[in-house]
Amino acid sequence: MSPRLRLWLFLAGMAGLAACYLWGVGGLPGFGRYPGPYGDIINRISVGQTNATGVVSAVNFEYRGFDTVGEEFILFAAAAGVATVLRHLRGERERPARDEAADRVVPPTSGAIRLVTLVLAGPVVLLGWYLASHAQTSPSGGFQGGVVLATAFILIYLAGQFLAFERFSPADVADAVEAVGAGGFAAVGVAAVAMGLPYLTNFLGLGSKPGALSSSGTIALISFFVGLEVAAAFVLMISELLDQTLLVRREG
Amino acid sequence: MMAAGAVVTPYSVSPALMDVLQVTILVLVAAGSTAVVLTRTPVRQVIMLSGYGLLLAILFMAFQAPDVTLSELTVGAVALPLLLLLALAKVRRREK
Repeated sequence: MSPRLRLWLFLAGMAGLAACYLWGVGGLPGFGRYPGPYGDIINRISVGQTNATGVVSAVNFEYRGFDTVGEEFILFAAAAGVATVLRHLRGERERPARDEAADRVVPPTSGAIRLVTLVLAGPVVLLGWYLASHAQTSPSGGFQGGVVLATAFILIYLAGQFLAFERFSPADVADAVEAVGAGGFAAVGVAAVAMGLPYLTNFLGLGSKPGALSSSGTIALISFFVGLEVAAAFVLMISELLDQTLLVRREG
Repeated sequence: MMAAGAVVTPYSVSPALMDVLQVTILVLVAAGSTAVVLTRTPVRQVIMLSGYGLLLAILFMAFQAPDVTLSELTVGAVALPLLLLLALAKVRRREK
């Protein structure tokens, strides 16, 4: 194909794309004009129905909780995939975590980084825990809290040693916690079925005060399990990649 | 740009100010995404991507989605760049 012909083909494709795109944009509702009934209905009824003032969490873990189970297992499968792809292959072996070139002086972690990361690690754990446990009261939830918790482990890695990171987050423990998190979410749903209710029905007491920490029944419980699952999945993926980068070498 | 009948709270700002904020952050996000694509060195691109994640987080905040802000802040600005950097380090080591 000559460059000239290719250019024409490209221009024809672009023109088609632009036409379809503009056609599609023309049909969009105006900025900030929400056309559907569902959002307005949810906004009106959800606090009364669930006692959760974090309406986004109520939607995620209650009204479309079944969707969220699927999303949960997408992350679970992704972490399992990373662990499978990065397993030790024949012809690969682990080397101790020290620098390849013995004659090269490795610059130590600077005092500033070490201080800042160690000072931040505690508050980050607190923030992650707060987010994961307050899904029912304020804009937060298990996913956000879980990722924030995982970044606390990254801080430990940055602060000092890869080996300290390994000690703080052994792969076996991360595996188990991830399984408990994902399984716990599904189990909350199955528990409802065992009581003769539809899957994922909110079977716990909703509490008397909307927005209280003890309100919202299973929403808070599911958020907790999601937090466990997400934190463990991220720690697992990052430690697998760190292993690959720092320890595993191909022979020969 | 604010929806009609917006709820007034003690934290409300004037719609005009929100318009300015939203337009500003939209322009910044457009510029940021272009900058990420135009950066050609992989490591620099990852750092740019991290900054772009921060811009997106501010965008979600300006459009009243604080929970998405939290996700974007941790995933887009921290976790994704970290995974990419680790992959780059691995590739570079194998090339040696």
